[in-house]
Amino acid sequence: MSKQKIIPIGPYHPLQEEPEYFKLYCEGENVVDVEWETGYNHRGIEKLAEEKTFEQVFFLVERICGICSTSHPFAFANSIEEIGGIEIPYRAKYIRSIIGELERLHSHLLWVGLAGHFLGYDTVFMWAWKYREPVLDLFEIISGNRNSYAMFKIGGVRRDIEQAKFAKIRQELDILKKKTDLLTGAVMDDPVIHARTKNVGVMTREDIIDYAAVGPTARASGVAIDVRKDDPYAAYDMVDWNVITSPEGDVFAKAKVRLLEMYESIKIIEQSLTKMEKLPEGEIATKVWEIPEGIGMGHAEAPRGEVFHFVKTDGSNSPVRHKIRAPSYVNIATFKKSCVGQTISDAAISLAAVDPCYCCTERMAVAYDSNTGKRILSGDELIKHSQAKTRELKKQML
Amino acid sequence: MENKQFIEEIKSRFTDKIVEVTEHNPLRITFTIDPASLTGLAEVFLSEKDFRFIIASGLHTKKGFEILYHFSNDKDGHVINVHVVLPHEKPAVDSLTKLLSGAEWIEREMHELLGIEFKGHPNMVPLISEGNWPEGTYPYRKDFKS
Repeated sequence: MSKQKIIPIGPYHPLQEEPEYFKLYCEGENVVDVEWETGYNHRGIEKLAEEKTFEQVFFLVERICGICSTSHPFAFANSIEEIGGIEIPYRAKYIRSIIGELERLHSHLLWVGLAGHFLGYDTVFMWAWKYREPVLDLFEIISGNRNSYAMFKIGGVRRDIEQAKFAKIRQELDILKKKTDLLTGAVMDDPVIHARTKNVGVMTREDIIDYAAVGPTARASGVAIDVRKDDPYAAYDMVDWNVITSPEGDVFAKAKVRLLEMYESIKIIEQSLTKMEKLPEGEIATKVWEIPEGIGMGHAEAPRGEVFHFVKTDGSNSPVRHKIRAPSYVNIATFKKSCVGQTISDAAISLAAVDPCYCCTERMAVAYDSNTGKRILSGDELIKHSQAKTRELKKQML
Repeated sequence: MENKQFIEEIKSRFTDKIVEVTEHNPLRITFTIDPASLTGLAEVFLSEKDFRFIIASGLHTKKGFEILYHFSNDKDGHVINVHVVLPHEKPAVDSLTKLLSGAEWIEREMHELLGIEFKGHPNMVPLISEGNWPEGTYPYRKDFKS
């Protein structure tokens, strides 16, 4: 009889955005294979979109993801505007970029916090989430909502960001920049974090290309792809910023890429605000009368990678077919590469490294012995396992 | 990448296999191709041109089952589609999983939702359901009644 044991992680929890079920096949401490099941919360959004008008689809796709809720309307707007050949006003372009980048800031902070928690650094978790709050407050000031901002529409945006709000946005960004310095310093200089994340969950450049992975997952393996640079949309080609890459491909590189990307996001927002000052308030949308027959391939760089929307229209006011690909769809498949060969205590951080909206999964993780059906580890215990490893390392190193 | 030159090159290499080329705009091109040449063209895109596979969209239309394989040329921002049309009865096409692992999930999904067969797929198990749908249930087909 095989000595392999299966550790199931998942499948699902009412709070979890992406219910997934991972089975880690383990021999002793080592993960030898990983399998997954998806579809626990398949909402048929592609099919639903065919029943709705273009304006309604914005609200539908905004609800695909709760964290990066603007990335889907962004990609959908890009695809529809491509079909109609619609040019949007400059002010709307800058507003779109500002919303996209604020979202990247709060999403990356959320990830840094969770990664800290997985590693047993709850101080990092509390810092990161504390600094995330003002970003959500900015969203509330701009759109009235902390999440699901409903800012996008065909031809532009629904709400302006008035000049009077710029000072507050700038002030919060200045504070955030200092806090990011603090956070980056804490992560980059800590020898225990180095020991826990360097050479862990390594993805090579070839793995990334083979799995067609995107976003920080790809950029942390030296693959410099970023839709904002490669196929610029909104105001990304009108401001100065850099694509952050790192060649190592391990968890540390993924953390580094995300932290440094936050500085770039702040740069983009600051420049957009300065340029908006010269533009008249209120010019935020082009009037669109009809969408002709055609196909549109719109993409946008979400915090986790490229979001892709394919839309086919027939001249009516609804899509005939609407295909959506979120970044986690391709990134989660890379677990076959990043987790296999790791120890169980490193598996949690390797899985979390691609940021698969993982926030609640661990609460459902329970380890069973595949032969006897006896419970071995609960989800909390699995994380405690990871945190204990960090404590051991700390004792040895400090 | 010069569009005209690129289209001519692909046309000359695949001659009569290319049914139609549509340039939607300077950054979006669709090649409609004989399904038998799909893997050949995909291989050229992936290994010679260094395009990235984004995803594939399956459609059920009057023509039959259509699949658009979307590739991205990240150097210049192109999205290049490879479009195949399969018959209404027993739609089948070669799997791209031999060329890249990233095609595995989407082919499983299209098999499940549209009932398209992917020849040579190593692990054709349902992606979304547990495999307990009644036989012949394909929710993304236009004739599907819930």
